Formats: sequence, C-alpha cells, structure tokens
Amino acid sequence: MLECIPEGSVVHTTGKINPAKTCQPLGAMYAALGIHGCLPHSHGSQGCCAYHRMHLTRHFRDPVLASSSSFTEGASVFGGAANLKTSIKNVFAIYNPEIMAVHTTCLSETIGDDLPNIIKTAEIPEGKTVIHVNTPSYQGSHITGFSGMCKAMVSYLAQSDGTTKKSQMNVLPGFVNPGDMREIRRIVDLLGVKMIMFPDTSNVLDTPLTSKYQMYPEGGATVTEIRDAGNSEVTLALGSFASHDAANVLQDKCGVTGIPLKLPIGIKATDDFIMAIKDWFGVEIPASLTLERGQVVDTLIDTHFHYQGKRVAIFGDPDHMIALTEFLLAMGMVPVYVLTGTPGKAFETEIKKMLEDAGITGSRVKAEGDLFELQQWIKEAPVDLLIGTSYGKYIARAEDVPFVRFGFPILDRAVHPLMPVVGYRGCLRLIEQISNALLERRDRDCLDEDFELVL
Amino acid sequence: MDTSSVTADGSACISERQNSILTTGKSKSSIHCADDSLAGSVSQRACVFCGARVVLNPVTDAAHLVHGPIGCATYTWDIRGSLSSGSEMYRNSFSTDMKERDVVFGGEKKLATCIDEIVSKYHPPAIFVYSTCVSGMIGDDIIAVCKAASERHATDVIPVESSGFLSGNKVVGYRAAAIALMQLIKPREGETVEKTRKLNFLGEYNLGGEKWVVERYLREIGIEINVAFTGDSTVAALKQAPGACLNLVQCTGSMHWVAMSLEQEYGTPYQDVNFFGSANTAESLRKIAQFYGEPEIIRRTEALIDREQARIQPVLQKYRKKLAGKRAAIYVGGAFKAVAIIRQLKELGMEIVLTGTQTGKKEEYDNLSTLLDPGTIIIDDANPAELEKFLLEKNVDVMAGGVKERVLAYKLGIGFVDHNHDRKDGLAGFDGAVRFAREVYVTTCSPVWGQLKAAGRRA
Repeated sequence: MLECIPEGSVVHTTGKINPAKTCQPLGAMYAALGIHGCLPHSHGSQGCCAYHRMHLTRHFRDPVLASSSSFTEGASVFGGAANLKTSIKNVFAIYNPEIMAVHTTCLSETIGDDLPNIIKTAEIPEGKTVIHVNTPSYQGSHITGFSGMCKAMVSYLAQSDGTTKKSQMNVLPGFVNPGDMREIRRIVDLLGVKMIMFPDTSNVLDTPLTSKYQMYPEGGATVTEIRDAGNSEVTLALGSFASHDAANVLQDKCGVTGIPLKLPIGIKATDDFIMAIKDWFGVEIPASLTLERGQVVDTLIDTHFHYQGKRVAIFGDPDHMIALTEFLLAMGMVPVYVLTGTPGKAFETEIKKMLEDAGITGSRVKAEGDLFELQQWIKEAPVDLLIGTSYGKYIARAEDVPFVRFGFPILDRAVHPLMPVVGYRGCLRLIEQISNALLERRDRDCLDEDFELVL
Repeated sequence: MDTSSVTADGSACISERQNSILTTGKSKSSIHCADDSLAGSVSQRACVFCGARVVLNPVTDAAHLVHGPIGCATYTWDIRGSLSSGSEMYRNSFSTDMKERDVVFGGEKKLATCIDEIVSKYHPPAIFVYSTCVSGMIGDDIIAVCKAASERHATDVIPVESSGFLSGNKVVGYRAAAIALMQLIKPREGETVEKTRKLNFLGEYNLGGEKWVVERYLREIGIEINVAFTGDSTVAALKQAPGACLNLVQCTGSMHWVAMSLEQEYGTPYQDVNFFGSANTAESLRKIAQFYGEPEIIRRTEALIDREQARIQPVLQKYRKKLAGKRAAIYVGGAFKAVAIIRQLKELGMEIVLTGTQTGKKEEYDNLSTLLDPGTIIIDDANPAELEKFLLEKNVDVMAGGVKERVLAYKLGIGFVDHNHDRKDGLAGFDGAVRFAREVYVTTCSPVWGQLKAAGRRA
C-alpha cells in the first residue's frame, strides 16, 4: 500500500483502485437480518454468500447466517429457477425461519431469473413468507442493496387496514450499527412515542454471550410489525440514500406520510430528528434529553480549541458522510475532502451546498470515488485528520495522518457496533474520538519541553 | 439454534446430508464428500474465485486485477495475512468495477484500459486478471485481452479463469491459480532455467512470516529456498522455479497439481512436508535432509532438531498440563490443515471429538480417520446447525477453524483458535508450535469463561 501512489503524472480514468464501496447484495443481507426470524438468502454462487457473511461477521463479531442457491455451471446455463425453488423448500425444512428474504447477485441478474414468478410458484409452507429484491452488483453499492431490501419489506409486507391511522411512527434507521438502532429506540422511548423500526439489528448482531446460540435471536422487526407499518401516521426516513425510497413507497402504497431526514449524527441532525417527532405528535421533550444536549454543547466548548480550523478528510457511506460533514462544520473543522464510493450526484450537490453555506471553498467532493483518489489528494495537500472505515488505515499510515474509524466496515477494532454515533451520546463519542486522535498525535510528536500533562 | 427450529426428529441435518457425516469406528461406509452443496444450505464454503485469489494473492510485486463488479475485489482486498519482505503491490485492490453497460456491451475494452493504466502507473512485472461470475457469464474473452496486453506492454498479463459459478468448491479455484502459475513460470521459447541445489516450497503462504521461519531452519542446515508458492514471492523469483532440485509441498489441496506439473515439465521431484507442530517439523526437516543425503546436512539437521526440541519441549509440557484431557473440535478448509492440527492437539494431550473440512477428498478423509480415536465425528461441508449440534453434544472446550466458526464457537461458550487466513502469529516450526499451544491455552482457559459461569449462578 505504501507504494499506492506512483511518482509523476497519473492516469486513473476507469475501474477502481482500493474501493470505497462494496456490492448491493451485502446491504440487502444486512437489512434482512433486521427482520425477526429471517434467513437472508443469496440467489447466486456460493462465494457471494460466504463473502457477505464473512464481511459482516468481521465487522459485527457476531454470527451471520444466510443461505445460498449454490449455483453451479448447470444453473448458470439453464437458469436458477430450480435452484431457488429447491432452496425455498430446503430452507423452510431445515432452518425453519419465519421469513426468507431473497436477494439476487450479479450472476442471477445476468442470467435474467424472474424472481417474482419463481417465488409465486414455489412451495412455501403455510404462515411463512418469502420476499425478494433485485440487487445487481454492477449497479449502485451496498447502500443501494440495503435501500432495496427496505423497499421490498414495504412493498411485500406493509399494509394499510383502512383510513384511520394509528398514533405510531415508523423509523427507517439506515445502514447503521445495532448500537445506533438501540440508541434511536432509547431516544424515541424517552419521547414516549410508539415506534416501529425496520430493519432493526439490535438484539440480532449485538447479542450477549450466554452459551446458548439462537439461530434467530430475539431482535429484529417482526413481520407483523412491518405489516402494521402501513397503519402508522408517519415515517421518519433517516438518510436519503438508504431510507428515503422505502418511505416513498410506503407513502404511495399506504398513505403514510414520509418525512425525509438526515441520519441523526451530530447535534443539528439529532435536533431535527427529535423536533420532527415533537412537531408531529405534540410530545414534550423530556428534561433528560435537554440535559444530554446541553452536555454536548458544554463538551464542544471544553474541547473546541483542539480541533477548530483543522483540515479533515472523510470517506464512507453517503448518508454517514452527509451527516458527518454537517457536524464537522458545526465543530469548526474544515472538511477538505469528502468522498463516497456509492454513485449519486445528489451526494456531491448536498455536501457542496453545506460547504458553500459555511463559506468553505476549494474542497473536493466526490461520489463513486475510490481510496486511490483520496490518497492522491492527501498527498498533494495534506490533512490534519482522516475519518473513515478500516480501509483508511493504509492511507493514515502512508501519509502519517491521525485516523478515526467511523462507518462500515471496521475490521480491525472491536466494540464499535455497540457504541452509538447517533443522537447526543453519539456526538460525545465522536468529539472524544476526534479530540483524542489529534491530542495523541500532539503527544507523540511534540518535543520533551512541549510535552504537557494538562491539555 | 434452539431445538424448535430443527427438523422434527431433532436432527439438525437433512436426510441427504447423512452420508456426509460419519463416526469413526461405527460407520462402515466411507464419507460422501466433494459434492456440490445443497441449494438452500447455509454452507461455510466459498467459490472458485475465492480459491484462486487466496493462492495467487501473495505474489507480492504483481498487480491483481479482478474483472467483475466491485464486490469480488472488495471482499478479497488484503485479507490473506501473507507478509512481504519487499513489494506491497499485492495489498492494493484493483477492480474493473463492471457496470450495467459493461454487462450489456461486454467488458473487454474496459479491462484492456484498466490493464493499460495499471502498467502506466506501476509497471508491475506481471498482472493477474481474474474472471468472475459476470465476466465469465457474458463471455468476455479474458485470454485474448490478456494476450494482446502482454504483447502491447511486453509484460506478463496472466488470465485466471475463476468464474465463481464453475464450482462451489475452492479446490477448483486452486487449479485455476495453478494453471496461471504454470503459465507464468514457463520459460520463453529457447530459454531454459539452470538447475540449482535450491528447493521450492509449494503451498506456503507466509502467514505471520511462516515461510521465513522455515527458511531460517533450512539455511542453518545448508539449504536455500529458491522460491515459495506463493508466500513472499516475486514474479522474477517464480520464473526461476524450474531451477529447483526439489519441490516441497505443504498445503496439498492447493499445490499438489502444481508439484505434479513441475515434475512432468521440469523433472523436479517433490515430497510432502508439514511444518505445523514440533513432531511434524522435525520429521519434515529429516525428510529434506535425507533427500540431499549429505552427511553434513544430516548432522546439522539433527543438531537443530535436538537444540530446538530441548528448548521448546519444557514449555509445551507446561501447556500440556493445563490442556490434557480437554476436548477439541476442528473445522477447516482443507484436509492438510486438519491433519496438522490433529497432531498438534494430540501432542498437547487433548482429545479430538469432531473433525471436518469444507473441501476434503475421499482419500484424505480415509487418512484422517486413521489418526482419530473411535467415536470421533467426521463431517464434510458442515452447516452451522450441524456444527452447533455436535459441538454441544460432544461437550467441546475449544475449536480450531476460520472466521465464520469463531463467532459461533464463542457464542456457545467454546474457546477458539484461528488456523486460517486470519491468523496473525506464525504457527509453523518449533516456535510456532509453542505459539499454537499458547493460543489454545489462552482461549481454552480464559478467565472470561468464569464470568459466564458466574452469570449462571446469579440466574
């Protein structure tokens, strides 16, 4: 990696070097794990399924189960219908989930398997459900696949019973950690509003160690709950890339008002999330949440001189980057490079607007970029801090930049899936990590005479 | 998994799977293996592409270009843990990042451009181009693209035919990689490689610097490694492979075919070795010394073995005291690894109650059975439900396996030792045997398990 950026002029017009995204099926699999009693199913070669499970397992450090259609050459020639039908039969016979969530792969997409028809003619036991989403790996990214599976939950399951809506809301949390989903639930509970959150991987991928392994842990939104989402008054869709589509489908299908929001990362986005609930349901904001917010502002002032004016490069999933950019600007930092691997011009437009409003010029913002480009930018004009997934560690080492791990995947550190970055508590965690990374660098690099106990 | 979610008769396995599981000493029939996995099973297996990637990726100064949508490149980016003493080129991830238009109109042009750009940026001595499901399915002629690029740039651009759908068995991918390696090392028309008294070390991937450990032993007894396949290798060194007088074969699953091909084409004999565990290490060193047959080499070998055994045996004995009688399970990729681990766990006085592999062959399973006590479960291509069932039934204390088994074992309250690509500490040689014993001890006897028991008391 240290030789990733060659000397002299560089041509990089096509393909990816050191990608900042992965493929759709992984996102679909992750979303499916947020349904209670669900076995995700990968309709393609075995390798895909193994890779997605491995990647998710490495990030969450919890077992990830999913079945595969186990394509071989025959299936690839004659189509995968028989494989999928056999799979559906075997999955319910052997693993007995409540629901099987099928996603395609680039192989079955290229073959052109007609999933709705295959599923319609498959033997599905009474009371069991099969849903599907098309996730061609040659479009979008894992975020697209996550969004697609959320949409499939709505279009297959959500139903409106009639015209009167229940006083409850749906939350589409986006591709965040179980710890984040748990925190969202804590905040909503404090506000006293009934919520259906889907997908919800808390109590699925952050389960306690008890010596008993549950193939289908307690967590996850139940099929009944997702069905009932059609009766809610409102849906808060967190993150435009991962959640807005599903909210739109739900609005069209069941007349549930969709409110598009950012991921509640940072003080303003958290405010917006809480205010949206307050405004819709007319609830009081409890003193405990006001206190939490006050603590964030207090901590920001206690630490602002550690990071204000520092140049920072960030990369990761688009919804995370949009919310993080907003928070970094609120902290007085200067996001000079903002990159996501997921395609989408809207990403660039939104980030550029935020930078412009903050009076910051000359930053580079890119959707569908890769880490080769990011490292090239950093080499040309260095930064004080890098924030991103574990893959940033190569750049951090090569360019000697302090590094904060954030987003998905994090493969070289533990505990993070349990610690929220959303909400006011998430703000504190981010402030602590950013502040500490910069201070540790200072302690490492300063001369003995400048080495201070109190900082 | 809770028992309500298994089949009515309480077994976690579907009837078609019964022949893939046997108990030593009880079942007369031999194991059913090397089959395709059932559609709809939660298999721990991977695909052809995966097999090819793990074998070739450690070639350090080559560029490895994955021709397909992004995922295949992302999931295989620097996950192998093979160390390099020189170039770090192999740790970058190159992908053609195929898009819909490439699938519709073909990806050959994009592939050619990617190759051109890699050459202009890095001038690597070789580029391996891996085909994936999609590029294979749409019929991109990667052989022709690679041939044209080779001529255009006067460098080796080697196609690896690793489309995932060809098989769910990594072994097929090992073969694709082996074919690519044979192509790379083939001397040009009219050129030959001089024979030397050095040896090649096949099926050694330098995880945690394991190749370097063996290299130090061999150097001490007066033998040089020509090149390893493929741990810490370079393209130039691989091209000297025909010059070896002997090929050692360690990971037989991935390299047996290469050894046979090298014997056929260059007349180089081969022998199997195994540097996992002190007994295996000593035995392997003696075999190599015997091959050379020189008294000085034999003398130095014995001196080395005596010295190292004297140094490590007391340490191993300490661990043996802690571990004797504990019950172990093994579920790994190939049979070579399984055999290596069985021996080591036995040296530590442990009882092996369950063994399985993703890709073992019939004769390998037969060989496994001879190493195991009666009553041991042997399982091919296990699913997690089966693993769980037997881990609990057999009251296992520690399991050796790969990424996906680690978290399962932990959840069941069972210790785990990684003997797969994820291991960070070299486990080869005499010091490796100590490190392995230490890892088994640390996880089997972790004080954290006491917290679990405490939780049980509280409840």
